[in-house]
Amino acid sequence: MTTDSIRWFWYSSPQTFFPLAGRIARICAVLAVVFGVAGLYTGFFVAPTDATQGEAYRIIYIHVPAAWMSMFLYVVMALWAAIGLAFNTRLSFLMARALAPTGALFTFIALWTGSFWGKPTWGTWWVWDARLTSELILLFLYFGYIALQATIDDRRRADRAGAVLAIVGVVNIPIIYYSVKWWNTLHQGASVSLSQAPSMAATMLTGMLLMALCFWAYSIAVALTRVRAEIAQVG
Amino acid sequence: MSEFFNMGGYGLYVWGSYGVTFALLAIEVVVLMKRKRETKT
Repeated sequence: MTTDSIRWFWYSSPQTFFPLAGRIARICAVLAVVFGVAGLYTGFFVAPTDATQGEAYRIIYIHVPAAWMSMFLYVVMALWAAIGLAFNTRLSFLMARALAPTGALFTFIALWTGSFWGKPTWGTWWVWDARLTSELILLFLYFGYIALQATIDDRRRADRAGAVLAIVGVVNIPIIYYSVKWWNTLHQGASVSLSQAPSMAATMLTGMLLMALCFWAYSIAVALTRVRAEIAQVG
Repeated sequence: MSEFFNMGGYGLYVWGSYGVTFALLAIEVVVLMKRKRETKT
């Protein structure tokens, strides 16, 4: 068969993926530290004080990258789950499973840092506005996925049930992203978007993007290490 | 130095954010490393 020569599924076998995942995880762990140090240095020592928010704005360097990761990891998780449902590849489900805790963590960090930013700038820790509420729903989607995996004993059924939940939950992602446009919210609009020039100082933007790269590398390293542990446990 | 930690009066909010964030990331790494050691004989 011709498809055999392409070997699309070569790395979909956990055993062949295991050493590759280890190498990528190690590289990404180093990158996360490098980008993190560079990002924090830029954010705290190079970038100027914000004209209206003073030093409180420096929360942006973790808040925005964490919020990006929370949404992005969910989409990647749902994508792996969908691939798992479509092709019945075990590694895809393992990847989805490995991404969930880190996604939930970044969602919590986005909410936590947002709360600590909202208090000095809005005067409140929490409001039930569209952006905050939809991000909270994202956290519950992650929790729901993790709980489903934990409560269903049959591994294949757990994977399939989790996959359906993850895929349906994707609806929430555009709602989070566009919530600041669709509704009147306390949360500000995007300072960085694909369609417009960023509305912030270049050094601030650099620090934020470096932290985003740090969180990316961190997520890859952690998720791949977790998937290796899963493979080692269940084979 | 104390000026840096004071963050223009926003110290609680800035360090409250950064502290919790990096503590949680550190916990995830430690838990994962522990699990890694346990799974590998």
